[in-house]
Amino acid sequence: MVSGREYPGTPLSDEDLHQGKVLTVERDPNARYAWDTGVAIGRFLAELKNGRIIGRRCYRCRRTVVPPRMFCEQCFRPTDEWVYLKDTGRVNTYSISYLRWDASRVEEPTIPAVVEIDGADKGMGFLHLLSEVKPDDVKIGMRVKAVWKRPRDRVGSIRDILYFKPY
Amino acid sequence: MGLRRVAIVGAGMTKFMRRAMETGRELSWQASRMALDSCELTLKDVDGVVIGTAPDVFDGVHMKGEYLADGAGAWGKPVLRGYVGGGTGVFSPIQGWYHVASGLFDVVLVVAEEKMSTCHPHPQGAFLSIFDNILERPLEPNLIWIFALEMRRYMAAYGLSKRDIALVSVKNKRNALDHPCAQVAENITVDDVLNSEVMVWPVNRLDVSPVSDGAAALVLCAEHVAKRVTDKPVWIDGVGWHLDSAYWTNRELCYPKYVEYAARMAYRMAGITEPRKQIHVVEPYDPFSYKELHHLEGLLLCGKGEAPQLTADGVTQRNGDLPVCPSGGLLGVGNPIAAAGLMKVAEIFWQLRGEAGKRQVPGKPTCGLAQAWGDLMQVGTVIVLRT
Repeated sequence: MVSGREYPGTPLSDEDLHQGKVLTVERDPNARYAWDTGVAIGRFLAELKNGRIIGRRCYRCRRTVVPPRMFCEQCFRPTDEWVYLKDTGRVNTYSISYLRWDASRVEEPTIPAVVEIDGADKGMGFLHLLSEVKPDDVKIGMRVKAVWKRPRDRVGSIRDILYFKPY
Repeated sequence: MGLRRVAIVGAGMTKFMRRAMETGRELSWQASRMALDSCELTLKDVDGVVIGTAPDVFDGVHMKGEYLADGAGAWGKPVLRGYVGGGTGVFSPIQGWYHVASGLFDVVLVVAEEKMSTCHPHPQGAFLSIFDNILERPLEPNLIWIFALEMRRYMAAYGLSKRDIALVSVKNKRNALDHPCAQVAENITVDDVLNSEVMVWPVNRLDVSPVSDGAAALVLCAEHVAKRVTDKPVWIDGVGWHLDSAYWTNRELCYPKYVEYAARMAYRMAGITEPRKQIHVVEPYDPFSYKELHHLEGLLLCGKGEAPQLTADGVTQRNGDLPVCPSGGLLGVGNPIAAAGLMKVAEIFWQLRGEAGKRQVPGKPTCGLAQAWGDLMQVGTVIVLRT
């Protein structure tokens, strides 16, 4: 029977830690990585540096996909052709974030969104941020356009696009 | 298929806690020992061990399966660690099932553990490493972003309000008041949920399960052993798992197709043709309030977009027609990731044996389902149990 059973485990409070009632051992591994960007995403990033968004097309399923990949994961064959896409699109979904990645709080919220890119197949998009719009005014299906860093500031990163704005 | 029948004969778990004094290995030992004691077996009877635990990055201990092994009863035994993110807790007993169903082992101990509190300053930071390293991490996403994005899409697809969804938190946190291991059980109202801190709109604090430390364990065995050790075996009659693409921004987020495929696999095996009629009690994965609704739809227990109405009508209450998360779920009991999924399987085990105490659903259920979900919004794991 579950009722009346003693369940093990000893919960600790913050005070237990801060007052040193239990011991902890700390280490900051500070691990560092340099990721190769690969064939498909390497080209994608190089094109972002040029101020363009590029996708890949599979002749068998006829999808134009972004982010691009050199293989079609559905047909499991090589994709066939590079396709320049527009730097405009639609908001597929969005949220309003009061958290940084590490759960610390921000005063001014950011607006993460999945943006479906014009020229790619319906529903094909990537994660980015919206700005120059009040959070309450964002709508699913809203048309948006990329705002780019100045050419000399671009490095070949997803952040070469500063954000998307309504247009 | 020439498979042997597999029974669950014992279960155990620790309290779920924001921070446990015990190490992960000690928690594993506590849950494992409790599971073995509950069916009066010893480690000598165990032929093999399955360990389920989620990202190593929470613990900061690499090769976590090996690290936990001694506490999980794996000394000197064949051992397997499986990992499919949040889906791990229900995937582990599936792995235990095929160890036994295949005829390889007669008795398998399944142990799931998570100790998230180790990671500082906040375990959410560890989730950064699940996002695409080149295209997404530079945007510094928080884990809750993807849930908020999916929840928003779900709300828009079916015209749902946050109020419709908040009912899930109210129900599960209240159910958890009857669970002796619960971390965040409380009596709250829909307004409490709506007025709690907005984390990443539309997700408020009370829409989210907590980070937790804890462990759970099950004992699985073949039919001839089950008959010897218990007169109340609970049979694993169906298992299913399925993965969708990691290109999550290329998918329709409002419906978890991969959960449906996992459910169909399990239903086929269990001979379930009308899930809503044939399944009496359900533990779908509820790390966020809307996820319970999302998963009820993916499990084909109601039509697309209909789960909120089911909830509003009280159908999913513990005394309703289809009790959902009678344990209190992740929202109420807590979410030590892999252990939380296995807790759900343990809950169905206890419910079907009539041993769930104050949480017991009425009507002597004979068929129940547990489901978990995880990775980058892409994996569904399903298990169907019967008396």
